Amino acid sequence: MLDDFFIRALLAGLGVAIVTGPLGCFVIWRRLSYFGDTLAHSALLGVTLAYTMEFNIAFSVFIISSLIALILIQLQKRTNLPGDALLGLLAHSSLAVGLVVIGFLTFIRFDIMGLLFGDILAVTVDDLLIIWIGGPLILLVLKLIWKPLFASTVNYELAEAEGLNPDRAKAIFTILMAGIIAISIKMVGLLLITGMLIIPAAMARNISDSPQKMVVYSIIGGVLSVILGLFSSLEFNTSSGPSIIAAALFLFILSLLNIKQSIKLKN
Amino acid sequence: MSTNQNILVKLKEAGFRINDKWLVKGVTLQIEKGKIVTLIGPNGSGKSTTAKIALGIYKKIDGEVEKYTNKVGYVPQKISIDWTLPLRVNDFMTLTENLKAEAINEALSLTGVIHLKDKNLGDLSGGEFQRVLLARAISKKPELLVLDEPVQGVDFTGEIALYELIKKISDELNCGILLISHDLHTVMSATDHVVCLNGHVCCSGTPIDVAKNNEYKALFGEQASQILTRYEHRHDHIHTSEGEIKKN
Repeated sequence: MLDDFFIRALLAGLGVAIVTGPLGCFVIWRRLSYFGDTLAHSALLGVTLAYTMEFNIAFSVFIISSLIALILIQLQKRTNLPGDALLGLLAHSSLAVGLVVIGFLTFIRFDIMGLLFGDILAVTVDDLLIIWIGGPLILLVLKLIWKPLFASTVNYELAEAEGLNPDRAKAIFTILMAGIIAISIKMVGLLLITGMLIIPAAMARNISDSPQKMVVYSIIGGVLSVILGLFSSLEFNTSSGPSIIAAALFLFILSLLNIKQSIKLKN
Repeated sequence: MSTNQNILVKLKEAGFRINDKWLVKGVTLQIEKGKIVTLIGPNGSGKSTTAKIALGIYKKIDGEVEKYTNKVGYVPQKISIDWTLPLRVNDFMTLTENLKAEAINEALSLTGVIHLKDKNLGDLSGGEFQRVLLARAISKKPELLVLDEPVQGVDFTGEIALYELIKKISDELNCGILLISHDLHTVMSATDHVVCLNGHVCCSGTPIDVAKNNEYKALFGEQASQILTRYEHRHDHIHTSEGEIKKN
């Protein structure tokens, strides 16, 4: 069954969607969309590192993204620049450095489009293993830090005062973000990862009234996007990564109908 | 280690500054089980800062803080909740601790907002939200309760009822309470120890001690002093039905 590239793509996509669902909710709640973007951009550097050193791509992306996240936290502490400026600085400079390094690696043939937008149809059995081992691991850790992370998302001082150690939860969450980017870069590519994180969660926000529901709907939305996107890419012969994101956007637009109705009901 | 088993938090010459500006300094106080310590003082006198030092929210402080409990309930003065979060009152109640449904219902009933249980947090009025905040803080049966202006925005009758509730909680749970309030009338009848702040501790003691203190009078005026002493009177005599005054 795993011999079929389409089945592999489907399994990989589903594995990623199940993880981006809950993480994406936190990305929205904590207003971290640009943070996810920055980590994704820095992933390019990780990929080139993997090619030069002959590392595993997921592993090297994970290392570089974690490193960038740490640098960001340090810069936030030591400079007076606003957070979004620092994010922009790191995102574009790491992307640029990554591209410059690629320029030096003339002996390797790079599929830049594949890097930027992913190539889910080229997923191997090894990639599947990484996704289906790494993904559940990320979810498990997220479940363990859920309470302090969620409490500090609602209010940092409450969480701190009542002994939940929000700083530790935040640091672990940062590493989880690097983790999901590492395992999904090959499939959706660095430009579309943030889309997978944000769009299903945004769709879920429109139709849920509690955090738990939002997480569940976000997962369902991601899963549906992958199925819908992959089948339509097969049908219309479009590139698969963008098709998945377009499917997610379609679901988001559908969820807007629900908002209009509930606003009408209120008035 | 504490020599007194009843001590929950102890501040020794504690202070906090941002760059070179002191928000508060030289605060010494202790909160014990079953006792209510009230911080009073004008705006900007460092009341909330002192509470945050006691809670361990501010870490880079001068002086010392010793905290002997981790079962803490906190009602902050200001709380900015991002309304993009889909959060109902019921979800908010279990924010820092997993509670049984009965514990949630009991706390919400005590503060009179059980009917709001399934409402979205963003749809509550200021006073309703304040009652939910208080319910959340007491629902986990804390050993230490820090209440930073807990009744702001609550209607007049509700205010009195909530202060009575706070007093009752202190007795029933035997928990220590650090209370910050502007309302001298309502607070003083229940307080065991008053700390009057103005960037530093300007005076402290029982309500009657503080009321007699000249620095307190200078800060709050003669009238405020009378409020304190009047409440103290309620404790040392009773008016009998014959119109006599009977000493306790």
